[in-house]
This record gives sequence, C-alpha cells and structure tokens, in this order.
Amino acid sequence: MSRAVTEPFIHVRALRKTYRKGDRQFLAISDATFDVAAGELVALVGPSGCGKTTLLKILAGLQGYDSGEARIGSASHPFDPSRDVGMVFQQALLLKWRRILQNVLLPAEILGLPMAESRARARELLAMVGLSGSEDKYPYELSGGMQQRAAIARALIHDPKLILMDEPFGALDALTREKMNLELLNIWKKSGKTIVFVTHGIAEAVFLGTRVVVLTAGPARMADNIKIDLPEPRVLDVKTTEAFGEYSRRIYHLLGLG
Amino acid sequence: MSVESISAAETKRASERLRKYLPGILSHAALIVVWYLFVTYGHIPSFVMPSPVATVATLGGKNYDWIGNALVTASEIFSGYLLAVVVGVILAIAFSWSRTTESAVMPLLVSLNMIPKVALGPLFIVWFSYGIFPNAIIAFSISFFPILLNTARGFREVEPELLELVRSLKSSKWQTFTKIQLPSAFPYIFSGMKIGAILAVAGALVGEFLGSSRGLGYLMLQVQVTLDTAALFMAVILITFIGVVLYGLVIGLERLMIVRDARIQ
Ligand SMILES: Nc1ncnc2c1ncn2[C@@H]1O[C@H](COP(=O)(O)OP(=O)(O)O)[C@@H](O)[C@H]1O
Ligand SMILES: [Mg+2]
Repeated sequence: MSRAVTEPFIHVRALRKTYRKGDRQFLAISDATFDVAAGELVALVGPSGCGKTTLLKILAGLQGYDSGEARIGSASHPFDPSRDVGMVFQQALLLKWRRILQNVLLPAEILGLPMAESRARARELLAMVGLSGSEDKYPYELSGGMQQRAAIARALIHDPKLILMDEPFGALDALTREKMNLELLNIWKKSGKTIVFVTHGIAEAVFLGTRVVVLTAGPARMADNIKIDLPEPRVLDVKTTEAFGEYSRRIYHLLGLG
Repeated sequence: MSVESISAAETKRASERLRKYLPGILSHAALIVVWYLFVTYGHIPSFVMPSPVATVATLGGKNYDWIGNALVTASEIFSGYLLAVVVGVILAIAFSWSRTTESAVMPLLVSLNMIPKVALGPLFIVWFSYGIFPNAIIAFSISFFPILLNTARGFREVEPELLELVRSLKSSKWQTFTKIQLPSAFPYIFSGMKIGAILAVAGALVGEFLGSSRGLGYLMLQVQVTLDTAALFMAVILITFIGVVLYGLVIGLERLMIVRDARIQ
C-alpha cells in the first residue's frame, strides 16, 4: 500500500481565511495546501501571527473559511467532526474545580459515553502519561508539565481519530519540553492517532514530525511541506545528526532566518 | 493506625487550630479589656461611654425586647440579601445568554444604581408604610448591584479556549453552561456576595433610621433620646453580630463549594 494511491486523511487545498473587524479585513491564511495521511504526525511551524492557530480552528470545525478546501476523513478512515477531535492548547486549561480524573472525563461526559468504561479508560490514559496516583488531586497540586500530561489524557479519552495540538509545550521549561516530546512520540506510536502539532520551534518540528508544514508571516502563505526521513524510533541523539541539521537549515531558510 | 495514634493526631490538629485562631481571639479580648480599663480608670461618664459590663447588663435590664428587635433587623437583612443574590445571579445569567439583553438592561441598571439608596427610604415608606418589607427592599437595592456586576464579570471571564474545547465536542448550550460557565463564575459570585453581605446590613439599618416601628435601628433612635448609651452600644454590637453571622455563612458556603485554588482572595 503506497501513500500515493491512498486517499489522504486531511486534505487542505488553496485554503484562504480572512478575519473581518467592522469593514477592515485581516488576511490570516492566504493559500495553504497540504495533505496528511492517517497516522501521521504533522508539525505546523511558523512565526507568531502566521495563522497556525487559525488553521487548527478550521480543522477543529470551530472556524469557517473564505475559499478553498479543508476536508477531513476518507473512506478507510471516516471522520465524525463531533467526536473525532481531541484538542490540546498551550495552557493545560484544566477545570480548577475538578479532580484530575474528572477533568480527563469531561469530553466523555459531553459526548454521553458510558461512564464506567470511560472511567477505566481515563485511569489507563493517566497511567500512560505517567500520572498514576494523581487521579484524585486538583490541578493546582500538579506542576505545569503534569497538568499538560493530564490535558493530553483528556484529549484522548473519547478515542478521537485526530489530535490537534496548539504549541502544547510552549509554556514549559526546556528540559520538561524535551521529555514531553519523547512522551508524545511514545503516545503517538501506541495510539496510532493522526496528530497535527503546531509549534514555532524548528528543532521541535523536525524532531517530532513525519512531515513539517512551513508557514511564513505577512502576507501569510504556505512556504513548503517537507517529508522528514529520520530513523524511527526518534531518539534525542538524532538532533546531532547531519540530516537533522540539514532539515533545520532548510526550514530556517524558508522562514527567512538562514 | 491504632486508636492512640488517631487521638494523638486529633489532638495535634486541635492544637494547630488553636494556634491559628488564638491570636485573633486574644486581640478581641484585649480590645474589651482596654475598653474596660479606659472607662473605669479614665472616669468616663457612662452616658458618653459605658463599660463592657454595663453594656451587657442592658440585655437583662429595661424592657427593650432585644430578641424581637434583633429578629426584625435580621429578617430585613437576610430577606433583602437573599433576594439580591437570587435576582443578581439570575440577571447575570440572562446577560450571559443574551448580549442584547445585557446591552439594553445594563446601562439602565447603572443609571438606577446611581440613585443614592438612602433617598429611596422616604419613598418606600410612602409606598409600603413602616415594616420589614420596605427596609428589606433597601437592603436589596444596595446589595444587588455588586452581586450582579461580579457575577456578570465571572461569566465574561471564562477562558475562551475552554469554550472552544467543549465547542469542538459539539456540547449543548446547557452542557457548556453547567460544566464550564457556571462553575467558572462561582468564585466571582462569592466575591460579589461578600461585598453584598456587608452592604445589606448597612441598608437595612439605614431603612430603620429613616422610618420604622421595630428593629435594632428603631431601638437605637429610642434609647438615644433617653441617653441610654449602654443600650446604644449593645444595639451596635448585636447588628455587627448579625452581619458577622451572615458573612460567616457566605464564607462557609464558599469553602464548601469552591476549591482553594479557585477562590478569589
Ligand atoms: N478572532 C480574530 N479576529 C481578528 N483577527 C484575528 C483573530 N484571530 C487571529 N487573528 C489574526 O489572524 C492572524 C493569525 O493569527 P493566529 O492564527 O492566531 O496565528 P498564530 O497562531 O500563528 O500565532 C494574526 O494576525 C491575528 O492577529
Ligand atoms: Mg497561535
């Protein structure tokens, strides 16, 4: 089975989005085109304000667009927009008044999933993200990194096909961030989900992505869509390789930093 | 864990609690002692400042119907306050559901709130005569607005990304309200309720001063004429006590309902 003949899971063509404020228009995305196969981890990289969050919101069905196409799902991987999206933001956004287990269960409650099963699944997911024993704690009792792990477990609870992550580790310190990167790869491998990961870290994008979509700033447009061929499974050592440096350089150039 | 160690832990907790509250208790006691010494050794005439002993003695003295009057004042405060909480929170919810309602009603309320509530006293007496009702309404009118404002702010300040998260799951309006918006607003509701509680006490008292036939405020006006200053002191203490009870109930409810981290200090 080759990728060329497989229908893509996410199909974005000539996507254009403007925000309107009164009679002023703001071009957020001028022309984005890329495909994502099911099970890929795509990194979306670009400077602040280039439309990354907007693109995620369009994929999440939270935002409309002016023209072009943004389609998710294929014959082999049908997609239900109401229950196949899991979201993780820069802030963990846990509900302060709920214990961690109850926080993870929120999407299951909203979707009306059977509670006993969901509770068992929530415990498994918390174990997977390394939070066994924190089920009954409140968010304020956890560190920033631990809160973000809980947010990832919450994004997985309803077993969505697509995980959208908007700079999920951007608020963490560098070491925690490296650790979370490794764990994310682990979770991705185990769950087989399709992940769209927004970041403005070039090294993070190359390290995580099977593919890196590069967006440039003003006027916002898509610069390139790079397939990353680095040895799997990715380990931190890969960052010191020639190939890793080459990919990073290419992206720096695309962003006008090289 | 053995029985001994449980009771040891309890003793430890009790002594920790004592250590936490002891300074506060002592400062209250010290104030009373200073008051007593000042009046006794400063040779202050009792119609200017009665001693603590004389003040408490008024409870058993003349036929002032302390309990009856205190109950009248307390019911004015509590009923006016409760009405303010209910109306304030419901209006704030209505505003959060309909921005049009908010943009129409809010400016009107801001204007109405500019009316000095004291000025309403004589009018309420014309409309409702003397009694608990007009004073409860004054307590309501003065404590309602901060409760509304704080609650409305609580609904406005819900994290927008949190709303997007549940919107991406196509949550119903009711789910969003009960699971996200209302609990997010709770700390703000309590912060408004705490301000409102203090104002409600002042409101009811002002109402009684302006015109009433019962209540601690009414009693104060009576004993002021006869220069029974000890009874004036006692009335102030009882009104304060009613306020403390109300405030304590609000704080207790807040502790029950809101996780420590989410409380607004
Ligand atoms: N709700 C909005 N209304 C108007 N302009 C917006 C809105 N959201 C984003 N923008 C603008 O669109 C552009 C892209 O924003 P965003 O997608 O948040 O970029 P990024 O996530 O890459 O930093 C920015 O210039 C931003 O100011
Ligand atoms: Mg963004």
